[in-house]
Amino acid sequence: MAKTHVTMKVNGAEVEGLVEPRTLLVHFIRENLQMTGTHIGCETTHCGACTVDIDGMSVKSCTMFAVQADGSDIITIEGIANADGTLSALQEGFRMMHGLQCGFCTPGMIVRAHRLLKENPSPSEAEIRMGISGNICRCTGYQNIVKAIQYASAKINGVEFQEAAE
Amino acid sequence: MIPGSFSYHRPASVADAVKLLSDLGEEARPLAGGHSLVPMMKLRLATPAHLVDLHGIAALKGISRNGNNLIIGAMTTQHELLASDEVAKAMPILHEAALLIADPQVRYRGTIGGNVANGDPGNDMPALMMTLEATYRLEGPGGTRDVAAADFYQGAYFTALEPGEILTSVSVPVPAAGHGYAYEKLKRKVGDYATAAAAVVLTMSGGKVVTCAIGLTNVHETPLLAIDAAKAVIGTSLDAATLKKAAAAASAIMAPAADARGPVEYRKHVGGIMVTRALQRAAAIAK
Ligand code: FES
Ligand code: FES
Repeated sequence: MAKTHVTMKVNGAEVEGLVEPRTLLVHFIRENLQMTGTHIGCETTHCGACTVDIDGMSVKSCTMFAVQADGSDIITIEGIANADGTLSALQEGFRMMHGLQCGFCTPGMIVRAHRLLKENPSPSEAEIRMGISGNICRCTGYQNIVKAIQYASAKINGVEFQEAAE
Repeated sequence: MIPGSFSYHRPASVADAVKLLSDLGEEARPLAGGHSLVPMMKLRLATPAHLVDLHGIAALKGISRNGNNLIIGAMTTQHELLASDEVAKAMPILHEAALLIADPQVRYRGTIGGNVANGDPGNDMPALMMTLEATYRLEGPGGTRDVAAADFYQGAYFTALEPGEILTSVSVPVPAAGHGYAYEKLKRKVGDYATAAAAVVLTMSGGKVVTCAIGLTNVHETPLLAIDAAKAVIGTSLDAATLKKAAAAASAIMAPAADARGPVEYRKHVGGIMVTRALQRAAAIAK
């Protein structure tokens, strides 16, 4: 099958490649671009480990073809840290609140939470839980992931994070 | 999981899309949000030789008001429906139901056109569109026609769409001011299809039901209108005996498949409960 030339912006840098139409975006990112932070958990649109941010939308990159992302602006986990290389509020939240165990779901969780906080910088606990309902974690039981996002929300809003009483 | 090979087309107009689909014939499939088709292609349960991606067609996007109807472009995503103040105000049941579809990531991509046109009995919008008396605009090589949602579904994945036709927009009459509404969906987890779901839109006056429509999701090979159940509640105050009668009338037309969501009897039973709950909640909201 003839290959198609695609160009897109990934974490601020222009990238290009030749892809078959059937190449999934997640495979293009991991194999062509060699950026393996975006994970493949299920490959069936269930787990959210492959979540990337495309033109301001959280998308499961295993359920979109690379040709469809031609011309788009993408953020992956590699583009989440602050410009000076320090941890972003979300990354710091996951570290401080112990929001990961094996870490397999973490790139998808953080990229999803990034868009969630852009759309709603002060989500309630229920809004956080609904907001990450497309991401599965098999380790943590979600409690500390929710806290990590609350920590990041507080930091973004310039207030001190108060852990809710258990 | 890698789909079979295909050629990718991205037309910029409905006319070009229709021409491509009719020229390429059965080997071509239109691609909307892709969250039903792409998973099928990865499993090689669908192996189209050509995909006609509708994302390049600006005319298929957006929500507008035309007299008493909301016109929703087929490529409008569930996320965009949820973000629309017009939908939230004029047709809150649409907002409520969209929020119960899949998960946030899927809603950024999944479209109303794909949801209603695919003919999947598990999809939530078809029964809702029947309840709201929506019509679908279909454009094909033979021209444009409007088909009532209630006449569109003929079997599982089998609809009134002719070869080469695409569904371009959905027209939904805005329900009367003060109407009551509810979409009750029982599902095992976020992202699952309904074990059973019921949509209710009704109006009340002096504590009695004046008009009522009830739609049912995933309890038959097509979405259903529960006409007898809706008739049974007209003129009543939805007392316990009436609710029981309505649930029984709705269950009587259900013919769900036995699957991981439960045996037939269970799905019919909870289908009746969804009808009862939706009626009660709709009545409580109605003014
Ligand atoms: S790998 Fe894409 S949703 Fe699981
Ligand atoms: S930390 Fe292991 S899957 Fe989430």
